[in-house]
Parts: sequence; C-alpha cells; structure tokens
Amino acid sequence: MEKLIIEAGKSEAHYWRDLWRFRELFEVLAWRDISVRYKQTYIGAAWAVIRPLLTILIGAGIFGGLAKMPSDGVPYAILVCAGTLPWYFFSNALSESSASLVGNANLISKIYFPRMILPMSAVVVAFVDFAISMLILVGLMVWYQFPPTWRMLTLPLFTLLAFLSAAGPGLLFTALNVKYRDFRYIIPFVVQFGLYISPVFYSTTAIQEKYGDVGRMIVAINPIVGVIDGYRWAICGTTPLHWQSFVTSILLSLIMLFVGVWYFRRMEKTFADVI
Amino acid sequence: MPDDIIIRAENVGKRYTLGHSSENGGYRKFSDTLIHAAKASLRWLKTANSEQRTENLSEDFWALKDINFEIKRGEVLGIIGRNGAGKSTLLKILSRITEPTTGRITLNGRVASLLEVGTGFHPELTGRENIYLNGAILGMHRAEIKAKFDEIVAFAEVEKFLDTPVKRYSSGMYVRLAFAVAAHLEPEILIIDEVLAVGDAEFQKKCLGRMQDVAKGGRTVLFVSHNLGQMRALCTQAAMLENGRLVFQGSTEEALSRYAKNSRLSAISGRFTGPLANQIELISISLARTEAGPTLCQRSDQPVIELEIRLRAPIERLRITVALFLDGVRICTTHESQGHAFQPSRAGSLKATCSLPVEFLKPGNYTIGLGICDGHPGTYAWNPDAMSFNILEDAISKGLEAELGLVCLPMTLNRSAVTSFA
Repeated sequence: MEKLIIEAGKSEAHYWRDLWRFRELFEVLAWRDISVRYKQTYIGAAWAVIRPLLTILIGAGIFGGLAKMPSDGVPYAILVCAGTLPWYFFSNALSESSASLVGNANLISKIYFPRMILPMSAVVVAFVDFAISMLILVGLMVWYQFPPTWRMLTLPLFTLLAFLSAAGPGLLFTALNVKYRDFRYIIPFVVQFGLYISPVFYSTTAIQEKYGDVGRMIVAINPIVGVIDGYRWAICGTTPLHWQSFVTSILLSLIMLFVGVWYFRRMEKTFADVI
Repeated sequence: MPDDIIIRAENVGKRYTLGHSSENGGYRKFSDTLIHAAKASLRWLKTANSEQRTENLSEDFWALKDINFEIKRGEVLGIIGRNGAGKSTLLKILSRITEPTTGRITLNGRVASLLEVGTGFHPELTGRENIYLNGAILGMHRAEIKAKFDEIVAFAEVEKFLDTPVKRYSSGMYVRLAFAVAAHLEPEILIIDEVLAVGDAEFQKKCLGRMQDVAKGGRTVLFVSHNLGQMRALCTQAAMLENGRLVFQGSTEEALSRYAKNSRLSAISGRFTGPLANQIELISISLARTEAGPTLCQRSDQPVIELEIRLRAPIERLRITVALFLDGVRICTTHESQGHAFQPSRAGSLKATCSLPVEFLKPGNYTIGLGICDGHPGTYAWNPDAMSFNILEDAISKGLEAELGLVCLPMTLNRSAVTSFA
C-alpha cells in the first residue's frame, strides 16, 4: 500500500521518484504536443524543414555570397547548415519550454504532477522538429557531393549537449515566466539576438582570425557555441576543435542547467498559487 | 496510525499573501519587484523603522486554518461550505497541487483528483486520443485505459464521433466524454470538486449512479458540492467549513441542516432582467415552516415561500409570478391569484407568500424563478434563479427518483372488483 505524507517543504523527498513514476504522462504530453503541432496546416511537418532551409539559404547568400566570409574550405551552405540546425533546435526548445508552464496553466492548477515534465516535453517536441530538419543536411551533402566522415558518428553526443544547454535556460525562463510575464517579451528578443551573436552564419575561426583567442573565448560565453562548434567539427571536419572555448561553453551549459533546475525546484511549489 | 484510517490531517493551514502582488491579477511585473526592492533598500537607508513599513505592503490571509480530521477507508465524505470557505483549497492541498503552509496530511493510498471535468482535453485531438491523454493526466496507465476503453466510450455515448476532433463536438458530448474518462478512475482515494453538475438531467443521473457504485466499491471519496440532494444521496459523512475552519464533522443529516440554517441570508441569487429590472430589488426570499432550514424541506413539510421585494417606483398594475424549475426544466408557473393581481402598488417594500405543495414534488434540487409584470405585453422583470432549495428524499421516493417523472400529481388509481373466469 502506498503511503504519502504531505507537509510544507516536504515535497523534496519523493520528487525524483515521482518524476520517474510520471514518465508515462511525460510521454503522453510530448506526444500530444507533437501531434498537435502541425494540425490543420496544409504542408504539415514540412514546416520543420522549410523554416531552417530558408534561414540557411539567406545566411549562406549574404554571409558567404556577398560578404565572402571564410568558410574553412567547405561549401558555405553546409557551414551555415551545421550552425543553423542546432541553433534552431536550441531556440525552439528554449522558446517553447519557457512558454510551457503558462501555456498549460489549466493543468497546473487542477492536477498534480512534477512540473518539470512540461518544459521537458517541450524540449522533446523541438527535438522532433530538429530530427526532421536533419534532412536538409543530408540534402546539402548530396548536392555538394560532400562525403561524410567517421566524425558524423559523434553527432548524437553534441545533440545531447544541445539538449542540456537548452534545458537549463528553458527551466529558468519558464519558472520566471510564471511569476513575471515580462519574459514572454524577453525570450523572442533573446532568440533574435542569439541568431547573430552565435556563430550560426559565420564560423568561430573567422572570429579567431580577426580578434584572436580572447575574442573566441568571449564568444564562447554563449552556451550554444560549444554545440555549434561541435557540429561543425563533426560535419565539416576541416578545423580542429578549439578545446578551451569548447570546454568553457560546456561548463557554462552545465552551470545554467544546475541553476535552472535549482530555481525551478525552488519556485515549483508556488506555481499553482501564482499562475 | 490504525489501518482503517486512510486520510489524516493534522493542523493543516494554508496562508496566502494578499497585497501589492495581487493587484495586477496575481502575478507581478518584473519591474515591480525591482522597484519594490529599490524602494525597500532606499527606505532602509533613510529610516530606521523600515520593517514596519514593508509589513504594510502585504497582508496575510489564511484560507485554511487548524484543520484536523480523519477519514476511514470506504467512507464518502461530503464537504460543504459557502463560497470562499476553503473547500477548494483543501482539495487542492489533498491532491498535492499546492502545499500546505502548516501541518501534515497522511494519505494511505493512491489518490486521484477530479477538480475539473476534462482537464487537459485538447480541442485538436480526436475523442479517442483525448481519452488516452485525459486518462494519463488523471493518473491512469495506458494498459488500464486500454482495458476500459470500450466501457468509457459506451458510457459517454460518443461511439460515432471517436475519430472526430473534440473541437467539433457539441458541448454535451464533450462533457460526457470528459466525465466518462474520469468515472472510470479506480484509485483508493478519489477527490471530487463539484464536477457532477454536467450534462443533461439524464446524464447527471447516470453520473450519480456511477459515483454511488464507486463509493460502494469500498473506495474512499471526498466530495464537494452545492447540491445538497446529491450530497445526501452519496455521502456517509459530511464536514462543514466556515471561513477556513472546520466547524463540523459528522453525520450528513446534521451537517446539512446546520448548513441550511446558516445560509439563511445567502439564499438569494441571480438577477432581474427585462424592462422593469431596475425598478425592483429582491430583499429576501426563503422557505418558511420547514424543519431543516430555509433551503431544505422534507416531503412531509408544508412550507411556504416567503419573499420581500422593493419597488423603486409605483407600478400601476402589478402582478407577481413565481415559477419552479427542476434541473433546469420549468415545472410550473403560478401568478398572483385573482383579486390581488394587477392592483396598483406604491414604491417601497412589498411582502408576499406562496404556498409550496411539496407532496406533489419529487426529491431534488429546485430553483425558484420570480418575476413581475405590469399587464403590458413585454414589460416585465424576471429573475430565473431567485433562490434554490432541496427537497430531501424520503422512504417512499428513495431510489425511485428516475421513475417518478417530473411531478407527482394527485391521481388516484383504484382497482375494481375481479371478475372470475371460472
């Protein structure tokens, strides 16, 4: 027989166990969001391909074609693609997970479950889009007859890293958004800026050439930089990984994740009262 | 804790902080917090008595205080209380949606709570998909839902529309489907907040029957409702909350009669509409000559409806009308009798009584509609929900509600002599 004690501040004890117990709800919610995502659209999941594809074409056209930025010896479109796909995953995961609690306010005020399920399933939904958009990469590699190397096998690892770097800020923003709806306006901004301050349309080697190691380290304060660099390394395979900035980026992601989980857990008890 | 006690609450309290944060709808703007923090630090620099000032910014409100109770396995506990008495807060704490500020609750079994019908239903998904979604949200496992799927669909009577998105459902179908999923939950402890008031009268009966089965199946049920008739039919015990405190726990009968006596002043509800609406005000309305209080009566009572209205202007030809509704169906309408009707009336207060022959009415939850008119077609004021009351079940009607029809007319059925064939 199950025994449960409810007391102020006692929810800590069974939280992680509960999270595991509610995994079926997690699956169902993720499945709901995925199946609803492209309902009543004409081209459906093709949107997951079209949006990043247009971004890649524009980025490659302007930065590679007009500005003639260095491309480490690979077709510029592939360089941009290796940046855009993880960036889209990151930004989708971030914006959707931060809207997840407020968007499911009715669930929060009527049903108990570990609230972390909501932002997490939003990240999973973004991941499905990401998986579909990988078709673009395959298409470009075929188009440019760009052969893959063994490094491609490490992509899941960097994808995991992208997961972690999106989850931290996602948890933080979604918890903040419950109390301060300002974040609804801040997040689109962050995403918009992020596209330019992250090396999506250009490579970090271009930064290094111009501003040296210091410049590169400054850019690496952005957690997604490690992921993008990893992707470029695995896909383009022309330049070695810049370890200092890669590690900085990973460490920052982990710190963000830790802070995100901590703040989320701290605020979680009040969600139902505040939302 | 002894084995047969399934829920125990000790000193449970919940405090909410009112004040600045609730002024803009409960959540804060980030800037408010920043400004607040800045002001607070400035004040701290300036004055020594900063503590005193910051305290004024917020006010504590105890939605629940010192709640102690025990519920035995298999008990069906009804919780009554006026709006704002803390019923929903208590249910939210028991279902772990929000944490108590003080105290401790021990639950000896799997809890499922039903605070709303159709929580998490997604309009874009089909009926079939929503059954799985809602089931999972309510805490059922996929295998469990699969096993009960046909039963749920049959209960909801939506077989034909299973693969239609629920946004195309009629509201009745939607609610039936939602309730059907919930009705097939099988936890050890079930927490329900006023969700039985859904669907048409027939479906409500079905839901009530289902709830009775659940209760008889040995499950423990906590149940909030304003429908005293339902409460009486379902509960083995009742608790009454008043301003966040538990003022009574014991037999359903006693709780209901206490509640009815307490609610003398709050019997009025609804508003007048129509061209004369702003000329009339309902001051009081209640049942008199009943044993159990102004909103409850037994079929053995001979109650009258007593009402007082205030007219803001004289009316040349005034006639008062009273109508009775049962589950939203108008059963009968009575006008002021000849001689009284269409008499001039001065501005001011006006009292009236109306007999209520309960022996012709079946048990249930009734609503009284009240209106006036001045004899011109279309010039009236009407309040379809002036008050509601319950007629309690008695030995004769018990369990026969569905077979009684809407009213019991004084028809007599006699048997004549038997002619033998032999």
